[in-house]
Amino acid sequence: MNSLEFSLLVCLGGVAAGFLGSLTGLGGGIVIVPLLALWLGVDIRYAIGASLITIIATSSGAAAAYVKEGYTNFRIGMFLEIATTVGAMVGAFLAAKVSPSAIAVVFGVVLLYSAYQSNRPRPERPETAAPDPVATFLKMDSNYPTVTGPQSYRVSNVPAGFSLMFVAGTLSGLLGIGSGAVKVLAMDQIMRIPFKVSTTTSTFMIGVTAAASAGVYLSRGYIDPALAMPVMLGVLAGSTAGARILARAETRILRTVFSLVILALGADLIYSGLTGRI
Amino acid sequence: MREWSDDRVQWVVGTLLRWGVILAAGMVLAGGALYFASCGSTIPDYSVFRGEPPELRVVAGIVREAVSLNPLGLIQFGLLLLIATPVARVAFSVVAFALQRDRTYVVVTLCVLAVVLFGLSREGSNTVVPPERFAPMCISSDAPSPSFHR
Repeated sequence: MNSLEFSLLVCLGGVAAGFLGSLTGLGGGIVIVPLLALWLGVDIRYAIGASLITIIATSSGAAAAYVKEGYTNFRIGMFLEIATTVGAMVGAFLAAKVSPSAIAVVFGVVLLYSAYQSNRPRPERPETAAPDPVATFLKMDSNYPTVTGPQSYRVSNVPAGFSLMFVAGTLSGLLGIGSGAVKVLAMDQIMRIPFKVSTTTSTFMIGVTAAASAGVYLSRGYIDPALAMPVMLGVLAGSTAGARILARAETRILRTVFSLVILALGADLIYSGLTGRI
Repeated sequence: MREWSDDRVQWVVGTLLRWGVILAAGMVLAGGALYFASCGSTIPDYSVFRGEPPELRVVAGIVREAVSLNPLGLIQFGLLLLIATPVARVAFSVVAFALQRDRTYVVVTLCVLAVVLFGLSREGSNTVVPPERFAPMCISSDAPSPSFHR
């Protein structure tokens, strides 16, 4: 297989991952590393570098659209980015200290958790939260557009959410992923931010979080241009297409299928890490 | 002058992110086309981690390679533009919060900017670019050490 054929294969895989990832809301970035490492025999460090670049592209592209719709809460995003960027730096430094096998095992566990998290039922909660002093000081309470007009919301448990965001950032820097599942846990379940606001704000934060660790990866020589190019272009094309047809697609079955793929990849990574194949 | 409302800030940020990604993807695509023209038939090998050559790790080296139209340098420059896109968004947010006279968030945003710039400024801190190095061309398994043709 020469460079052109290899790149086409990687690019097609990226298109599929980006398409399914944006249709199902699970994110395409999370399957890039396992696909490259398990199926194409790419060293996991190159795979993580390429994935990190890719999620900057897809999250910035998606955030550009979300921001104009008015769901994204800039203040929540900016404040939590302190935690995610510091975490991302810690994760990037850890990536050089931890063996590829250990990274594979951690990655597998995060994949299993993501598949579980994204398939939990999401109850609508009434807007009865009491004002939280920290959230009030940080002007986090806001509103978002609905069909019946702006719906206001309050934010709770800021310190706990902030701490968990540090963990999300560390995983992002260590594994080259957006850590959507951990961010949803922090924002949706702990800080009690409405689902639409928490997912769009989480997407908004991924780019800058990944940029923090990407600098470290670049200086270490983990980012290979010839590998990152087809991955980034493929996933970007796939996720843009996915976002276009999202509104009229029935995604329940797709979501189950994609979750099963993620479960299988997670189990394979853990196995490969434990047996020393990675 | 128009007031810097949250809506207007959101519009500018959305536009900045969109064009940053389009510009970066275009640069990567152009570099990719040149790469396939010159290296399309080489055999890639990513199974052994060697690390990138020093020219492709530091901003100055990447810019130099891109200016000399080295395909890998052009791709890496596009990736650098991509990394710069969210950083530019944070830098703009500092200005926007300052115009809104929101001191708390000027401080918050400056903290984020400082962390991200610290990550990027590590470039070159542990690598020295030897001046006599030739530009890397094609990454392939039969290349002489470390990972590219001279």
